[in-house]
Amino acid sequence: MRIRTIGLRLAAMAVTVLLGGILSATLVRLAPGFDADERQLDTRLSPESIQAIRQARAQDANILVFYARYLNRALHGDLGRSHTLDRPVRQLISERLPVTLRLVGAGLLLGWILALALSLTATLARAAACDLIATALGGALLCLPSAVLALLFVWISAPASLAIALVVFPKVFRYSRNLFAAGYAMPHVLAARARGVGNARLLLWHVLPAAGSQLLALAGVSVSIALGAAIPVEALCSIPGVGQLAWQAALGRDLPLLVALTVLVTLVTLIANSGADLANQALRTHPA
Amino acid sequence: MRRLQKASWVLLLVVAVASLFASVLAPANYATQFRQAPNAPPSRQHWLGTDDLGRDRLSRTLYGTRVSLLLAPLAALLSTLIAALVGGIAGYCGGRCQRLAMAATDLFLSLPWLFLLILARAMLPLNVSPAASVTVTFGLLGVLGWAASARVLCAGAASLRNSDFVLQARASGLHGWRLLARHVLPNLKPVLLAQFWISIPVFILSEANLGILGLGVAEPLPSWGSLLRELESLDGFSGQLWKFVPLALLILVVTSFQMILSTDEVTP
Repeated sequence: MRIRTIGLRLAAMAVTVLLGGILSATLVRLAPGFDADERQLDTRLSPESIQAIRQARAQDANILVFYARYLNRALHGDLGRSHTLDRPVRQLISERLPVTLRLVGAGLLLGWILALALSLTATLARAAACDLIATALGGALLCLPSAVLALLFVWISAPASLAIALVVFPKVFRYSRNLFAAGYAMPHVLAARARGVGNARLLLWHVLPAAGSQLLALAGVSVSIALGAAIPVEALCSIPGVGQLAWQAALGRDLPLLVALTVLVTLVTLIANSGADLANQALRTHPA
Repeated sequence: MRRLQKASWVLLLVVAVASLFASVLAPANYATQFRQAPNAPPSRQHWLGTDDLGRDRLSRTLYGTRVSLLLAPLAALLSTLIAALVGGIAGYCGGRCQRLAMAATDLFLSLPWLFLLILARAMLPLNVSPAASVTVTFGLLGVLGWAASARVLCAGAASLRNSDFVLQARASGLHGWRLLARHVLPNLKPVLLAQFWISIPVFILSEANLGILGLGVAEPLPSWGSLLRELESLDGFSGQLWKFVPLALLILVVTSFQMILSTDEVTP
């Protein structure tokens, strides 16, 4: 049963990535200036070379042929060549992806630790002041554009992963705070508390299992939030990752690079969401 | 909380009115350059100083507020309408139609918002006229921001489809568009309103992010995003607090929206 679920999930993921690829290829094909090639203006090239460039472009004129060629090349690992950096897209991604994964991973970890610690403290302390401070901090961070947060971190020379953490924190905090508050108000938890069950035991045995599935779903969503925040953070903090590459590609209208990056980020997001869903199903099948 | 909500409404109203009357209140046009006073500190002539090109910062802030504060609700309206169309019809029809619409929604949701925005923005020429860049930026926000709202509306319409009064109306012979228009859509109004309000601060912040990254509204037209871009050239707070006024205004307005959303009945 579990193998079937994983198989279905993988098939759905493949279809989504394929659709995303087709959508992206359409955008590249329809973008203004697709048919133009600045090499045609190069006076050093012979008429035969210019004719060869025109013929190569003409092959992509048919949109269906273009799809097939684009996807075929992508399946063989050829994601095209970046116009602005004049390097293969695959090479650029393999160099920069680890940087972004490290940054986003550290940011997610920090953001989650901070959010869970504060939401648990606010729930357990039952002090209005504590709750107010944590909620005000979360609310204030929600009102800041992530690019401004990145600028602040440049000025104070703080690690960029902390900026990602502060983008993730308010969303996780707000949701987990409500989940924990609802969890501690459940009748069986109140009864256990009245019988003298300790806070740690209450949390591990009663509250976390009830909130676990929703927290796992939130974990999947938070990956998407962190990846989105990586663009302004990497661009403004000068970190050579995928986010900075996407920003440079957008400014240079380097569509092959931008499309490959978007499909890659979609894939990472889908893997994170599917992983969270599968972990959720496993939890439901084998409850603690 | 009620007081905070009232204060938020008053603040939003004051800021909106001030930006609407920018042409009367602003000491100069947003594009007028005072070439003899670039980067000037606050003075009697320029209350918030001038920028690198000698343009009055107060005037640019007022005009920029008009652009961001009035166009973000328009973008939110567009995205809510698309969400109502996709989510409402999918939820009402159910079955294969709902599955197909939600698969398309999931495809949109699986793309990080900012990636999707810069991909779509990069498809369009960057060196367009300021008016075209405003339309493109806020149009994109509206066209691409419908997915999350569509999911909520689909769930709402699906629950209405199976509700007693809709079943009774169907049994009485009411079908198709008339049933949708008379019973389903009016009952989705609170959800639509909530999604509209939730989208406004999200779009304001997204425009600000795009503007700081140089992918938003084109110069010389100001918006909060393009005004905040000025902060990039600063080394730190450096005592020039007047340069942070557009940021403070943005934070105040977004906080006001959050306050209204957290205390008002617009939240479903």
